[in-house]
Amino acid sequence: MQKRQVYLDHGATSPLREEAFEAMLPYLQDKYGNPSSMHSSGRDARHAVERAREQTALALGAEPDEIFFTSGGTEANNIAIKGTAKRTARARKKKGHLVTSSVEHHAVLNVCKELADEGFQVTFLPVDRYGLVSVESVKRALTPETFLISIMTANNEVGTIEPVAEIGALARERGILFHTDAVQAVGQLPIDLRDLKVDLLSLSAHKFNGPKGVGALYVRRGTPVEPLYGGGGQERGLRPGTENVAGIIGLARALELAVEELPEKTRWLQALRDRLIEGLLGMGDVVLNGHPSSRLPGNVNVSFNYIEGEALLLGLDLEGIAASSGSACTSGSPEPSHVLLAMGLDHQIARGSLRLTLGRGNSDADVDYLFTVLSPLVKRLRKMSALYPGQG
Amino acid sequence: MTEIYLDNSATTRPFDEVIALCSHIQRDNYGNPSSLHARGIAAEKLLNEARRNIASLLQCREDELYFTSGGTEANNLALKGIAYRRQRRDGHIITTQIEHPSVLNCCRRLEEEGFAVSFLPVDRQGYLDLDELSRAIRDETILVSTSHVNNEIGTIQPVEKIGAIIKELNPRTLYHIDGVQSFAKIPASLQHWQADLYSCSAHKIHGPKGAGALWVRKGVSLQPLFQGGEQEKTLRPGTENTAAIAGFGLAARINETLLEDNAAQLYRLKEKLYRGLQQAGVEVYLNGPPLEQAAPHILNLSFPGIKSEVLLHFLEENEIYVSAGSACHSRRPEPSHVLAAIGLDESRLFSALRFSFSSFNNLTEINRVIERIVPAIRELKTYQGR
Repeated sequence: MQKRQVYLDHGATSPLREEAFEAMLPYLQDKYGNPSSMHSSGRDARHAVERAREQTALALGAEPDEIFFTSGGTEANNIAIKGTAKRTARARKKKGHLVTSSVEHHAVLNVCKELADEGFQVTFLPVDRYGLVSVESVKRALTPETFLISIMTANNEVGTIEPVAEIGALARERGILFHTDAVQAVGQLPIDLRDLKVDLLSLSAHKFNGPKGVGALYVRRGTPVEPLYGGGGQERGLRPGTENVAGIIGLARALELAVEELPEKTRWLQALRDRLIEGLLGMGDVVLNGHPSSRLPGNVNVSFNYIEGEALLLGLDLEGIAASSGSACTSGSPEPSHVLLAMGLDHQIARGSLRLTLGRGNSDADVDYLFTVLSPLVKRLRKMSALYPGQG
Repeated sequence: MTEIYLDNSATTRPFDEVIALCSHIQRDNYGNPSSLHARGIAAEKLLNEARRNIASLLQCREDELYFTSGGTEANNLALKGIAYRRQRRDGHIITTQIEHPSVLNCCRRLEEEGFAVSFLPVDRQGYLDLDELSRAIRDETILVSTSHVNNEIGTIQPVEKIGAIIKELNPRTLYHIDGVQSFAKIPASLQHWQADLYSCSAHKIHGPKGAGALWVRKGVSLQPLFQGGEQEKTLRPGTENTAAIAGFGLAARINETLLEDNAAQLYRLKEKLYRGLQQAGVEVYLNGPPLEQAAPHILNLSFPGIKSEVLLHFLEENEIYVSAGSACHSRRPEPSHVLAAIGLDESRLFSALRFSFSSFNNLTEINRVIERIVPAIRELKTYQGR
């Protein structure tokens, strides 16, 4: 009999949805023109890209000319931060100051570290034990040289939702640019750029059941930003290179549907999440990481005392359950998560963390199966642990 | 009537096998290669296999290949990566005037940032003057970047000689080859050429759009264009576009089996079109090197007296797709910088069309193109011939 397969790692990547695939397929097959070509095969591709831009803008409450397609979330974050840093430095003839948090994704954190090496001033704000950035701390960090604040909409590891509306209002009031890495939030939280005071917002298609290899950066009109590299002028020069036409179409279709389904999805996802959290906490010696209420509807992150997260992960994998011990991008490294450490967890607890991210396609039966596998697994691993007080 | 696509230097139709593989991965093999579970490992295997396929075609080590989002990014990673890593040596960069915009614009940007850049001229056939190159190389020269095959006129640069000159005059100077138009069409011999970096792109070889690669000789250190996770050994972070990369690998493998026959077949098409037009008495000029010297898949012709766009749109109405210059800047009405650099006069500059072939084309198609073009040119000339 084939083993049951349960995918609980939607925060790492999510399966492409059929509707998005169907929208993409013609552009992989017959409509393969280069959007920059003058002939009708090229123009068809160009129109499809521009239609996707309109769809994307509409789903976010933006204007089409404020949407720039990229190769993914990492590239979008890099353009947003480096692109504004370099542009501002040239305009002001000095390297300014930017504010970010210590729980950002590496695609933000490492960009900021790189800029710090190049001579920019960078403040990495601390967070509280839930992973929350306080608006007050942002305010205190600002200097006359501050040109950019970059705070994620929601954390990829612990799901904590940051106060981006308030931070955006503060930034706008002070005339400072505000970027938010919304890679985990888009498709999981309502985002309306008509209300949100955000100048730059990054998103990635494969986190909301779109294809890999494509993302977008929202750039509010008038925001000073420059490209990371030069080329043929595509994406109005901000992101040159032949467009990934099928990918862009898949992004737009997946986003459109994700936004349409959001209210309904949030309801069942949150219920499933809460059931999962309740069951996990009921196992004893388990703590919830991240905020108890202000968290992504699909995110569960817990620490099991006396157990290595990695051992749990492998045990689950053997039973067909895909989960994560941190974010996928760092799970190759043995270091405990920088997010959990920033939240003040000690190393041992941080190492015992398990991230379960729910998404489209998950059901109560998946959660039932998880518990069937997890309970004996946790007991077995704890028995082997030298630290476990219950050991005989 | 079915379309005849002769714009394969802009982009190509993916192989059916590639579409099938990409579709399968998109839907059923969606893991993130960085994940530790079975789905992640399955995705990582796809990357390894693609790397193996491309390494086999380039005859290089697998761990010397870095996947990017395409040729433009690969070119920029090569140039900026070297320039920024070696910044403290008041670096000098050499390139030519007929490079792709992704190289030229990158070099212009580096020049603005304080690097010295020499944009060397080329002769009337698009060849780099090797004496000029020798004179241009100096102590501070950190990098020479040339294309292998020019995307508009098909000139094949003497990369082996260029590599030898560079290494003889300054062994510390690195050599980057933009191989986007030559990859999988002309056998690569990276060691022989004494190359240090080589860029290629999937969608030019019947792979999907959105994937490319940069080959970096082991021991050469680059500064990444962007920061993030640890993918591609931190040189190119971001969740890998597994479907496109796997499609790239498969396209490379299929091309490898075709390589020799393919070049001969492409050359036959190119020759047929040019000779056919000549024999029909059309006033036509070949831009670039003589037929047999240029890349087998690119034919750039001028039809004096007829504006490029006019003929392009006439052909388009007949479902024949060609290009007036390279696709990446054909939306601008300016004449091609490549054709200007080889010294074409106005009448040829503004009447040039690029025909570029692939293994999906055949002689029947070429005959039909000739049948359509010949009367069209006569007709258009009577309108415009004042």
